[in-house]
Amino acid sequence: MSEDFLKEVEHVSRLARLNLKPDEKEKVAGQLQSILGIAKKIQELDTTGVEPTSHVINLPAILREDVVRSSLPVDQVLLNAPKRNKNYFQVPRITAVE
Amino acid sequence: MDYETVIGLEVHVELLTESKLFCSCPNRFAAEPNINTCPGCLGFPGILPQLNAAAVKKALTAALALNCEVALYSYFDRKNYFYPDISKGYQISQFHVPIGSNGYIDIKDDQGSTKRIRIGRVHMEEDAGKLVHSPAGDTSLVDYNRAGVPLIEVVTEPDLRSPGEAKYYLEKLKSILQYADVSDCKMEEGSLRCDANISLRPLGSDALGSKTELKNMNSFKAVERSLEYEIRRQRDILISGGEVVSQTRRWEENSQKTFAMRGKLQAHDYRCFVDPELAPIQLTAEEVEEARRNLPEQAEARAARFVKDYKLPGYDAAVLTVSRSLADYFEACLQAYDNPKTAANWIMGELMAKLNTAGIEVDRCSFTPASMAELLIMIDEGLISGKLAKEILDQSFSSGKSPRRIVVEENLVQISDHGELEKVIRQMIEKHPDSVENYRAGKTKALGFLVGQAMAETKGKANPQLVNELLLRALES
Repeated sequence: MSEDFLKEVEHVSRLARLNLKPDEKEKVAGQLQSILGIAKKIQELDTTGVEPTSHVINLPAILREDVVRSSLPVDQVLLNAPKRNKNYFQVPRITAVE
Repeated sequence: MDYETVIGLEVHVELLTESKLFCSCPNRFAAEPNINTCPGCLGFPGILPQLNAAAVKKALTAALALNCEVALYSYFDRKNYFYPDISKGYQISQFHVPIGSNGYIDIKDDQGSTKRIRIGRVHMEEDAGKLVHSPAGDTSLVDYNRAGVPLIEVVTEPDLRSPGEAKYYLEKLKSILQYADVSDCKMEEGSLRCDANISLRPLGSDALGSKTELKNMNSFKAVERSLEYEIRRQRDILISGGEVVSQTRRWEENSQKTFAMRGKLQAHDYRCFVDPELAPIQLTAEEVEEARRNLPEQAEARAARFVKDYKLPGYDAAVLTVSRSLADYFEACLQAYDNPKTAANWIMGELMAKLNTAGIEVDRCSFTPASMAELLIMIDEGLISGKLAKEILDQSFSSGKSPRRIVVEENLVQISDHGELEKVIRQMIEKHPDSVENYRAGKTKALGFLVGQAMAETKGKANPQLVNELLLRALES
């Protein structure tokens, strides 16, 4: 596995907040490379004259009427909160995005 | 070396809809956290987003009002990042195909001539929640009331060349979107938010220098100030031979300075991809044309109508149409009062002075158009003097009580009763013999003094014309 590719894996796993151990990193790198290989293979196809598929759903969106319905009672909203502070979700202090 | 400033603005605007973008929770400010939320806008897995028809319509209207080309086919992407303001780990946004592109706004530049500012894109997206950082503790608190509120983002090309131009652009954008009924655009309340990209380059160069992105400006003034600060900061770096670091900087209102926040995320780090849960928005050419035909009247057209229909001077019409809410106020007042010029004078004079002092916009003011009409009618009826009317306006402005109620409660009706006023005048003549003598000796100024005394004696309630008349009669006899 090239050093550059392992760097790429580290970058992507950091963005995905995955904490990989060294052996996991090797394993994931192998899997990722094989997936990228398939993508590369597809890119070899001659697509001249083929309309790009920009979306998987080929139907127009069905729009919802702009009407308010009741929200969830706040006690239910906070049932899954890791920590509740009054009616807020409480999280570790975060001041910057990596 | 001389440098040229290059500025581009990214403006987020909350759309005036009843419900949120993808769920039926209310799109409304709430003081209590997390009460306008549901499994959808809280980001629970398995909840399908349902696109709000009104939000699409407002976004389309905005795109047309900003002279954009409209995409008949556009769709939503997922912009992936981890931050507690987005509970599902991605923001739904139109990254690949925005609903509007290649638009423009014409503004006045610093020299007063017309300049066209290109708008690269207008796209729809959902707003994020709000974080409250405890100043002392090690925790942050999250409120998802705002999560899922429909937004459009309006992005200019780097066409602005000074902080002043940036301010003109924002004022024009706000006016257009308010008149189009897309948003109320209140920066202080967060329904309009502006980030600014700014870089310097040697005068005459076409290449763009490395830029910084400025955040956390809470008023148009703050946008202007932060840009002025950043120009000085970047110029100092460049002059001393350094390099400007591409970064996001936070404007601090207290110190009037910008501070580095974090290394700027590269666009591809968001790994945007099509949201497979949302079908594409497909508009027909007819729908777009209909929306274009139905675009609400803009400021210039309304000012022209004010001149034509109400015979107002051009200056008055321009002032009254500065914001849609002010123009609406004026016309609402005319529903109950039929002298447009008098209404215009009072709105542009007394009312605007009060609004400026209080620092609020007219649609947040408790002195309603109906109250204004009531006040002006009482002056016309001779019930109150203009001077007293100003005091009543003051009171009504702060208490919200109707002017008629104030007049009745405080017994302020103007005294036009001859007998009563003659009594007061006799008293004044007896009390100030010197002034009477002065007047009779030809010092006409003494008359003003006596009128003033009579007015004071009646606590401003006397009809001043009548006092003048009766006093003259008394002195000449």
